[in-house]
Amino acid sequence: MDKIPILRLGRFLLVTIQVDMHDRLALALQDDLTSQIVSTRAQGVLIDISALDIIDSFIGRMLANIANMARILDAETVVVGMQPSVAITLVELGLSLPGVRTALNVDRGMQLLRLSRASEDSDFDRRPIP
Amino acid sequence: MTVDQSREVAVSSQDDVVLVRQAVRTAALQIGLNLIDQTKIVTAASELARNTFVHGGGGFTRIEIVSEGVRRGIRLTFEDKGKGIADIDQAMKDGFTSGGGLGLGLGGAKRLSNDFQIESRPGEGTRITIARWK
Amino acid sequence: MADRTVAEIIERDQSELLKEWIRRQKEDLSSRQDVSDAELQTDSRNLLAALRETIKSDAQTDIHSSEWARVRDLLADLSRRRVLQGFAPSQTATFVLSLKQPLFDRLVATVGSNMKVLTEQIWFVTALLDKLALFTTEVFQKTREELISRQQQEMMELSTPVVELWHGILALPLIGTLDSNRTQVVMQNLLEAIVSKEADIAIIDITGVPTVDTLVAQHLLKTVAAARLMGAECIISGIRPQIAQTIIHLGVDLGNVITKATLADAFKIALRTRKLTVTSM
Repeated sequence: MDKIPILRLGRFLLVTIQVDMHDRLALALQDDLTSQIVSTRAQGVLIDISALDIIDSFIGRMLANIANMARILDAETVVVGMQPSVAITLVELGLSLPGVRTALNVDRGMQLLRLSRASEDSDFDRRPIP
Repeated sequence: MTVDQSREVAVSSQDDVVLVRQAVRTAALQIGLNLIDQTKIVTAASELARNTFVHGGGGFTRIEIVSEGVRRGIRLTFEDKGKGIADIDQAMKDGFTSGGGLGLGLGGAKRLSNDFQIESRPGEGTRITIARWK
Repeated sequence: MADRTVAEIIERDQSELLKEWIRRQKEDLSSRQDVSDAELQTDSRNLLAALRETIKSDAQTDIHSSEWARVRDLLADLSRRRVLQGFAPSQTATFVLSLKQPLFDRLVATVGSNMKVLTEQIWFVTALLDKLALFTTEVFQKTREELISRQQQEMMELSTPVVELWHGILALPLIGTLDSNRTQVVMQNLLEAIVSKEADIAIIDITGVPTVDTLVAQHLLKTVAAARLMGAECIISGIRPQIAQTIIHLGVDLGNVITKATLADAFKIALRTRKLTVTSM
């Protein structure tokens, strides 16, 4: 069984989904990502779905799960590159991917991640020292 | 309505759901559905085939290219001999809650199709037929 | 058996049948000069041959079964050509129907003495040719509809261009009545433009839209939702008082979609979101 590769880009992780995933692969990805977020102390996860021409409720839940688990581990998730026909179909299906942030492509996704980390860091700095 | 082509895919594991998606995509391309309509029917098929496996204990999907007069379409039938659905109306409402829930995706599959028909009785399995026309 | 008589007649009297049939077709087409003699001859000969083959094989009159595929294909092809040549639907049906009289004449000549057989044969021919004529008309209608729909699509795409106001900021000025079809096409264009122009803000301006009904409002909202899933935000501008009222009355929930009265206001918001300002030189 092939696994979906996870790349490290500085303090972020990048996953590019390029195959028509069966459920086992999707679950394996969730597990892999979780352990890698911990082991690399990643601050963000980028999931590139520009090659996915189908997102059904299972994949949708997978994306939402990854975002939630990442957040618990103090990492932000951004899903990038959704195709227009997939977006239209998801809306029709009634899936709203709650808790999942989106961006147009990897570049924009990275910008988003950096901005969100930056604002968090500065908030942290402003906290009074007890 | 005449059936121009028909094939069946057994659905007994999650890998089969991928096979169903591919088979439906092929049929959609064959009758020349536009990209959005292709995406809609393949997505609906994915939902319903998964249901066959997850809730119905396995079964099969029949993929047919049909014509009615001069219009052509794809008709998909999802059948299982599982425990059936007791309250169909309720099941149609079990959509996606904001938490992602355990929705059966039936409402969604209906919205993505031109025609939708469901027959199910407790203990007698389920048969769902959807169609998308060009 | 009964049907084979017709097949035999076609086989035996083919050239006379053809001559008579084509003569009748030309009568009906009278003023038209755009169908060449050669084309008429070829089409008629091909159909006659296909009919003979199919009837000979003892086919029933269910013309939608696979046995009639060759005949259907010939008629469909002819019908489509006639649409593009600008014919009327009845003229295409006449191609098939004008074969009746020549066939009847031959039948009378061949089995005229046997009333029972004659009646059966005439009924068979009538039922068959009527169905084929109807089929031809259906294909004609469908082809014409597809042609019109394609032309409409092209017009739609030309009349609603997506404009790039600034890097990453698109505007879609909608003008005229929005029906369900047009709205879908326009929205698809917008989403594709978002990808190709790498936009993260899209302003949908409906100043030029006189009325909005529930379907259109829903399409607009679905487009906003789809754009959001792709990582872009939409602003709807140009909502006139009447439309605002309609939206309230219809109970459409605009949710958290930003709306502005004018495109200019929407553009200001868009710039601010991108942390841009306009300064004088």
